[in-house]
Amino acid sequence: MATEIAAPKLTTMADLKGKVDPDWCPGCGDFGVLAAVQKALVELQIPNHEVATISGIGCSSNFPGYINTYGMHTLHGRSLAVATGFKMANHGMTVLVTGGDGDGFGIGGNHFMHTMRRNVDLLYIVMDNQIYGLTTGQTSPTSRKGMKTKSMPFGNVEGPINPISLALSAGATFIARGFSAEQKHLTELIKQGIQHKGFSFIDVFSPCVTYNHDNTFQWFRPRVKKLEDNPEYDSTNWMAAMEKSLLWGDEIPIGKFFERTDVPTLHESEPVLATEPLVKQSSRIPADVARAFVEELM
Amino acid sequence: MRQSFAIGIGGAAGQGVATPGDIFAKIFSRRGLHLNVYNAYQSIIRGGHTFLTIRTGPGKITNMGDQIDLLIPLNQDTMDRHLGLLTSGGACIYNADTIKPGKPADGVQLCPLPVSKLADISRNKIAQNTLAIGAALSMTGVGFQALESVLTEQFRKKEKAVIDENVGLARVGYDYATQNFKAFPNPLPMTDTRYAVLGGNAAMAMGGAAAGVKFYCAYPMSPSTGVLHWMADHARKANIMVRQVEDEIGVINMAIGAAHAGVRAMCATSGGGFALMSEALGLSAQAEIPIVVIDCQRAGPSTGVPTKTEQGDLWQMLGASFGDYPRVIAAPLDIGDCFTLIPEIFNIADRFQCPGIVLCDLLLAEGRLSVDPAILDFDPKVDRGEMITSPNGNGNGSYKRYLITESGVSPRAVPGVPGHTHVVSSDEHDEDGVLISDEYTNTVKRRAMMEKRMRKVQGIEASVEPPKLQGPAEAEVTLVGWGSTQGVIEEARELLADQGIIASQLQIRWLVPLHGDAIAAILKKCRHTIIIENNYSGQFARYLRSETSFVADGHIRKYDGEPFMPHHIVEAVKEQLKGTTTLSVPTHEIMV
Repeated sequence: MATEIAAPKLTTMADLKGKVDPDWCPGCGDFGVLAAVQKALVELQIPNHEVATISGIGCSSNFPGYINTYGMHTLHGRSLAVATGFKMANHGMTVLVTGGDGDGFGIGGNHFMHTMRRNVDLLYIVMDNQIYGLTTGQTSPTSRKGMKTKSMPFGNVEGPINPISLALSAGATFIARGFSAEQKHLTELIKQGIQHKGFSFIDVFSPCVTYNHDNTFQWFRPRVKKLEDNPEYDSTNWMAAMEKSLLWGDEIPIGKFFERTDVPTLHESEPVLATEPLVKQSSRIPADVARAFVEELM
Repeated sequence: MRQSFAIGIGGAAGQGVATPGDIFAKIFSRRGLHLNVYNAYQSIIRGGHTFLTIRTGPGKITNMGDQIDLLIPLNQDTMDRHLGLLTSGGACIYNADTIKPGKPADGVQLCPLPVSKLADISRNKIAQNTLAIGAALSMTGVGFQALESVLTEQFRKKEKAVIDENVGLARVGYDYATQNFKAFPNPLPMTDTRYAVLGGNAAMAMGGAAAGVKFYCAYPMSPSTGVLHWMADHARKANIMVRQVEDEIGVINMAIGAAHAGVRAMCATSGGGFALMSEALGLSAQAEIPIVVIDCQRAGPSTGVPTKTEQGDLWQMLGASFGDYPRVIAAPLDIGDCFTLIPEIFNIADRFQCPGIVLCDLLLAEGRLSVDPAILDFDPKVDRGEMITSPNGNGNGSYKRYLITESGVSPRAVPGVPGHTHVVSSDEHDEDGVLISDEYTNTVKRRAMMEKRMRKVQGIEASVEPPKLQGPAEAEVTLVGWGSTQGVIEEARELLADQGIIASQLQIRWLVPLHGDAIAAILKKCRHTIIIENNYSGQFARYLRSETSFVADGHIRKYDGEPFMPHHIVEAVKEQLKGTTTLSVPTHEIMV
């Protein structure tokens, strides 16, 4: 009797549904990001067991619990460090890192910078709501100057960071900005980010409906302009990207700012990983190699 | 008393103190002699004062010993500081052109080398070092052939002219000493054994490689950096992924990420870097992802004395990270044990899915010791614990990562296995990984999960033997130490025995699990107990008291940055047995 080879099971939205429903506030921008990630994985037909979703701590960092993949809910600010270790140990898996602006640009700022320069092959999605939500509304690294919060009740005297220009100068090889309310556009960016070989960064406007009364869906809607709508925009031009990244106010660009594909990823640069993922390699030191190690001491 | 011979070489950093040390170590170990190397130095790249002690002998040599037999000062400062260490029978070889000797003790031989007459010093800046090595080996009865072959190896990457020049210089120094200086009465013996010269940091790195570590990362920090250096140097041969990371917070989190992906992951640091790692140590415990962290203690607090040794991090390890969680802490007893301990602690960390901490110190990390190469077993027992690496027909989505079990250990599915997707979490979670910390909390589940994790403590305890008393049970005094003091206490016991005082020893290797009941049972039967440690407050004494209520009769503590020498312990034990004091703090006589 001939063996029947079962057709590979298709990845569906149902496969990617987490064990529990999100506990985000009704209307939170993060719902849109979750849906877009799930759609992107379905469209790319990546089986859920080949995906690791790794987060830090915060509202948006609860993300791994709401999507059925190999999830890691780590420490505040440390998702990129954990994800780098994970990817180095098993570069065969698709690694998604999710979190918020406080997690990524505040407490995790150092790892953000270094993960970019290493060009670790993962997609980092920041659900940027310009506020600390889970701690009930304090100023974040992306809160606008003058914004009143519980920690700066008389208005933020510090200026915000610019995640896009920061990523450009740190050497990220795929840099985009999305808006949670622009589902199709965001899904497309996520797909590209997953497929990009190297560090992909998507800063997503994901409004906090409870604590940020400045940067609301209504505030963003008329302002966001898709870079893809401008046929002259060249996302391989770093200088042009830098210039666009500085735009803020009546016009805020969203879309792919920059991509370059000529930089090897961290795992491609490591001869140790040339054959197969670390986790699949033997962990025994061959006898002749061991002998040589001891011989050095004699 | 052990038959031994110690050479002290001193100079400014950058003057080439290390190379003669390496050459002597090679020659002695190939002669079948045991040796121990300790380098006292400062946090300076050029200048300052470095003093390297290399002690050798036919029997076991575990520490720097009590006396210098041959002093080689490479500058005036060293001569001025250390000539007084030499006693009758000792000798001092020095460059007569640049160094003026002080007044030595009676019976000390001064051996001036007329360096500018013997060598062209305009061409060879370290001529004095090579001449002195030659002279030293002549006086200790080592044939020139041994030196020639080691020098040839030492300079093998240089051109032949350089090798010839150095061998020639060494020969000149050798012959000059033969003709002009009195040789030591007992030539260094020879045995048929061959030893490996092992450094503590290299030993821990090699132990990691042997244990199957596939991912190592670190941020440079003295005195642990040598682990990174060995790993980086050998990564491609050993197929280990080695990364230097932006800070220690990144280090431990990266290691945890790699460990979760399914490989053994290790990192090393010193107290300051470990402090940064603390939060993530709790992540390892809570998410149940095993890692091994090495802490090479140096004198603290804060930046402290980066180049000096201490056993001052014990309470940091015991209390690292918040909340209650199972952990394992072990202190290697000597440099050989730095190797052996790593596969052992990995097996426990893996089996019980918790963090393992290796509590080393500068003394071992940067010291060197002769070891039998047979102990460097690269095929040790490896137990990865309960891991799921293939679906095996169970991939129906009902997998529970934190399944409540009697042992507290839940089988660990490695990411990538179909049908076993789950979330591991730093938040408290249910058996299936769903958070019970945010949307809802549940006292029953929280309690069950705490108890599940903490049940592992019993298994951990059963996996480690209690410590055993060394020496006779009816000894007059029992010396208790932990970690790196094993060798020096052992030698102090021998010296005490020579003086008619029989001492036993209880040396602690596993700090967690401690086996406090077994320790208390042993110590309660002892006649007089003294706890010896390299810190101010008696960290182990306080720990032992907190675990067992046992209070020792006396304490010997040292916190000046330098290790114990055998006579420090001998003298302190004698004064305590006389009843003069219950707390001795020996003074270190060698000022570096």
